Amino acid sequence: MLHTVNKSPFERTNLKSCLRLAGKGDAIMLIEDAVYAAVQGTAVADTMAGAKDDFQVYVMGPDLDARGISRDSVIDGINVVGYDGFVDLVVEHETSQAWL
Amino acid sequence: MEDEFQGTLETEGVRKNFMFLNRKAPYGSIYAQEIQEMVLISAAFEQNTAVVFMDDGVYQIKKGQDTSATGMKNFSPTYGIFQMEKEDAEEDEDVDVVWHIVVEKESMEARGLTPEDFVIDVEVMDAAELQKLMAEQDVILTG
Amino acid sequence: MKIGILVNEGPFNHQASDSAYQFTKAAIEKGHQVLRVFFYYDGVNNANKLAEPQSDDRNVSKRWTELAKQHRIDLVVCIAAALRRGIKEDILADGFRISGLGQLIEIGIAADRTVVFGD
Repeated sequence: MLHTVNKSPFERTNLKSCLRLAGKGDAIMLIEDAVYAAVQGTAVADTMAGAKDDFQVYVMGPDLDARGISRDSVIDGINVVGYDGFVDLVVEHETSQAWL
Repeated sequence: MEDEFQGTLETEGVRKNFMFLNRKAPYGSIYAQEIQEMVLISAAFEQNTAVVFMDDGVYQIKKGQDTSATGMKNFSPTYGIFQMEKEDAEEDEDVDVVWHIVVEKESMEARGLTPEDFVIDVEVMDAAELQKLMAEQDVILTG
Repeated sequence: MKIGILVNEGPFNHQASDSAYQFTKAAIEKGHQVLRVFFYYDGVNNANKLAEPQSDDRNVSKRWTELAKQHRIDLVVCIAAALRRGIKEDILADGFRISGLGQLIEIGIAADRTVVFGD
C-alpha cells in the first residue's frame, strides 16, 4: 500500500496518523508541505529515521526544491523522486491512501 | 470534445472494497458533510463499503449536535442512513455486500468518548485491526 | 494502467490541484491511461473559466483544459458540489463537464488505481 502525506508534521497530525496505521513494508510518499518531515535535524527527524526501518519513505523532489530545501539535507535512506517516480509508486502498490 | 465523454465507465459485475476515511471534525470545514454524500451515492453501486471515523472524524457522529444557533445544516441524522444501509446489506440474502462502520479506538479514547456517545452503532477497532481492514481495500476515498 | 484522479481543492488556496495536474501529466507521459479526473468539494472551482490570475503565474483551470484537449481526458465536476458553489455551465471552462457524484464511484470501480489529492 502507498500512503501519501501532504501536511507539515509541525502543523498537523496527518503524518502521525499515517505512521500509526501503515503496515510494515508499506510505502510513504511525502509531498507538498510534508517534505519538511524528510529533513535532517528537525524535531521529527528521529521519528522519520525510525520510520524508514519499517516503511519505504519517499519525498517529492520538486516540492523540496520549491521550498529551498537542499536534497543533501534529506535524511539518509529517504528516497527523493519526481512526479514520474510518484506515478511508478502508485502503479507498484494496489491501493493508495491519501492522509488528508 | 465534451460529447465524447457523455457515457459512463464500465462498472457491471465488478465489486470492490471501498473505504471512506473521515479524519476531520464536522462544521469547521465541509469535508464531513460532502463525504457523507459520497457514501450515500456509492451505496447504489453495491460495493463493499467501510466507513471509518478516526482522529477528529470521530466527532462527526457525536450525539446531541444542535446547529440551530450557527445557522448551519445539522447533517448528523443522515448517519442513520449508513446504519440502515449496513442493516439492509446484512439482512438481504440476495445481496452479499459487506458494510463496516468503524471507529478507531485510539482516536475515540484520546477524545474521552465511548461508543455510547455516537448516533449510530459502530465497530470499535484498534489501530492494528484497522490497519488490517485498510490493507484489504481497493479504493480509499477521503476528504 | 488505468488511473483515476480525485481533486478535492480549488486552485491557488492549496497545492492539491497543482500536484494532481503534475501527477496526471507524468502518468500520461509514462503511457498510462487517465480514465477521468473528478473534481469534488472546493475542487469544483478548478472549472471556473472566469478566473484571471496574474500573467506571471499559472492559470490552473486553463492548464487543465489544455491537458484535457491534448490527451482527451475526461474532466468531471460534481454537480451537487458545483451548484453549492455557483459553478454552472455558463462559467465552465472548456473540457470540463458537470455530472453526478456517481461518476466518482465509477472511477473507483473501473480504474486500476484511484489517487486522491486534497488538503
